[in-house]
Amino acid sequence: MQMANVNRLTPYMFLAPAVVILVIALLYPIGYMIYASFLDWNPSQRIGEAEFVGLRNYINLLGDESFRESLSVTLKFAGIVVFLEMLVGVGLALLLDRNIRGMSALRTLFILPMMIAPIVVGLMWRYMYHPTVGIFNRTLKSLGFEPVPWLSDGSWAFTSVIIADVWQWTPFIFILSLAALQSLPQSALEASRIDGATGWQQIWHIKLPLMMPVLIVTCLLRLIDAFKVLEVVLVLTNGGPGLSTEILSLRISRTASEFRELGEAAAMSNYLLIVLLLLTLAMFFYNKVSEMRTARLRAAAEGDD
Amino acid sequence: MDRFIGFGIGNNLWKHAWEGGLPNIRFDKIEKSFGNVRVLPPVDLQLNDGEFTVLVGPSGCGKSTTLRILAGLETLSGGEIYFDEKPISHLEPKERDLAMVFQDYALYPHMNIAKNMSFALRLARVPKSEIDEKVKRVATMLNIDHLLQRKPAELSGGQRQRVAMGRALVRDASTFLFDEPLSNLDAKLRAKMRTELAEMRNTLDKNMVYVTHDQIEAMTLGDRIVVMSEGVIQQQGTPEELFKSPANKFVAGFIGSPTMNFLDGELMTESGQLTVKGDGFSLPLTDEQSTRLASYTDKSVSVGIRPSSFSSDVSQGAPISLRIIVSEYLGAQSVLVTRCGAADVLVEYESSSPVKAGEINEFAIRTDEIMLFDHTSGKRL
Ligand SMILES: Nc1ncnc2c1ncn2[C@@H]1O[C@H](COP(=O)(O)OP(=O)(O)OP(=O)(O)O)[C@@H](O)[C@H]1O
Ligand SMILES: [Mg+2]
Repeated sequence: MQMANVNRLTPYMFLAPAVVILVIALLYPIGYMIYASFLDWNPSQRIGEAEFVGLRNYINLLGDESFRESLSVTLKFAGIVVFLEMLVGVGLALLLDRNIRGMSALRTLFILPMMIAPIVVGLMWRYMYHPTVGIFNRTLKSLGFEPVPWLSDGSWAFTSVIIADVWQWTPFIFILSLAALQSLPQSALEASRIDGATGWQQIWHIKLPLMMPVLIVTCLLRLIDAFKVLEVVLVLTNGGPGLSTEILSLRISRTASEFRELGEAAAMSNYLLIVLLLLTLAMFFYNKVSEMRTARLRAAAEGDD
Repeated sequence: MDRFIGFGIGNNLWKHAWEGGLPNIRFDKIEKSFGNVRVLPPVDLQLNDGEFTVLVGPSGCGKSTTLRILAGLETLSGGEIYFDEKPISHLEPKERDLAMVFQDYALYPHMNIAKNMSFALRLARVPKSEIDEKVKRVATMLNIDHLLQRKPAELSGGQRQRVAMGRALVRDASTFLFDEPLSNLDAKLRAKMRTELAEMRNTLDKNMVYVTHDQIEAMTLGDRIVVMSEGVIQQQGTPEELFKSPANKFVAGFIGSPTMNFLDGELMTESGQLTVKGDGFSLPLTDEQSTRLASYTDKSVSVGIRPSSFSSDVSQGAPISLRIIVSEYLGAQSVLVTRCGAADVLVEYESSSPVKAGEINEFAIRTDEIMLFDHTSGKRL
């Protein structure tokens, strides 16, 4: 009897260290942040001394012009980069999904950008965008074009940040799409060739629909990541000029360190967290729904004969 | 019959590089290797237009590979395929004007059955009403019309196989390729489909190439049967030719059910008569056989005896005593597994006069029906 109890507890004992770490490393900071978002808290105060203000931070933020600007920059940024990355990444995967000699070396090259630390990516691009000695402007100049104010003009800066992010994260979409492509049922593709499908028709009618589950999850993962982008923008533009590239995570960090409004920064983080949570929930539901669908299909198939 | 009218209608919406109607298909020394593994040695084969050709052979002998080469799904390692003397090996599958049933069904997992079946027609921009009508008719014939809204994952193996069949049959191609299209159906359904196919063969003027393991399918459907083994064509001919005069031991053993018995023996002259003798049997040859085989006297041979060549009436031929091991009851007929010397011998037998396992029974062999094969090469003598 006692033996049985011990046996039943064993798995939990093994899990315990992980749970402890999870609680300390994850739940505690999140709880702390949520609590802090209800405070009017200055970094010179200890948390106990801060005044409890309820939802004031949240309400203030909703009326705050720069916060709303920052949120819209973030949404625009995430939407545009993920769209471009999906387009280019999936396109490249479709192009490179063939067994040619040297293809694996090429694929490795393609995923290199993803493996570089974001800070380094930011620095790299900053040098390349440099108004006089950067490679872009020098090239433009030698070709006889006007130099472009890559980082010093509001709309150009936004574009430049997008280019750098697309460069870094397209490979992520690329390798996942390629993996999805290579696990497609070859026989269905052969059947479509017999049925008279051209290359485009194969992509449109067979490959893309069959890749869709992977593409949706990839897209959501990238969206979540794009909402949290910080380092590259920090290094490239530090949010400027004006508020043109001030994405939310940058604003949060400035609210905390420059404006010394820890409570408001926490509330902003929570808004971001809510957006991400919604996306994650969407992904979760997508998985659940497709799982349920598969289960239902299987049940129907078994019930039938 | 009117069930088939649908795909006799030629529709000009098909755009094919191949516009020559029903082609004569000729394989000229086609070869295929996968890496270092040679699957097909140079193979020559002629498929006449409008003919129903059946490829049979044991698993792994290269039937599917041959079919896939014809379809354009595998590239040739050598040789050329001609449609009416036009080389076509450079053409894409869709330019060869053919429909195919895949061995592994190859259905589109994300489309429902109706969409699966109509895919080719939709690509060819056939009017919707015509598509619906064709799909409906073929689905009804295959008994899958109640499944049209389902996805392939919601079907059983046999149902999927019928959908694969349906997807080919709605097409109006000049050549149909079937890769073991009935292998997954139950016996009754298989018999029904076999009849449908046989009927189709008669009513439709199409090239059909059909791969199967099942020699009953081969015999009932084929205008011509091609027997393959390890990539090599052993023999081709009408079902009757293959049954009555197999070129070698392999073909003889492959065609006919239950399979032919092979006994090792020696040809010798006994009291003036050419006789084949072995462990537990001695069969005098007929005059015709004797004159043909005189030069093989004193050589080792393999004797092929069909299970149907045995008779329980001992006056009917050369006597032989066989110990009965098992009796397999099939209804009016039984198949007896018996032993002659060390070899197992199958005997077809009327169920009405029962025998007991363990008994030794006397049978007669109709010696004019036996075949002799070279002991080493397996060639028919
Ligand atoms: N893609 C491939 N790569 C390497 N070897 C292959 C490939 N496809 C087939 N083979 C080999 O070629 C031979 C013939 O295969 P094939 O599929 O044509 O046989 P089959 O006659 O259709 O057999 P079955 O009746 O089992 O379907 C087999 O030995 C198989 O292992
Ligand atoms: Mg096969």
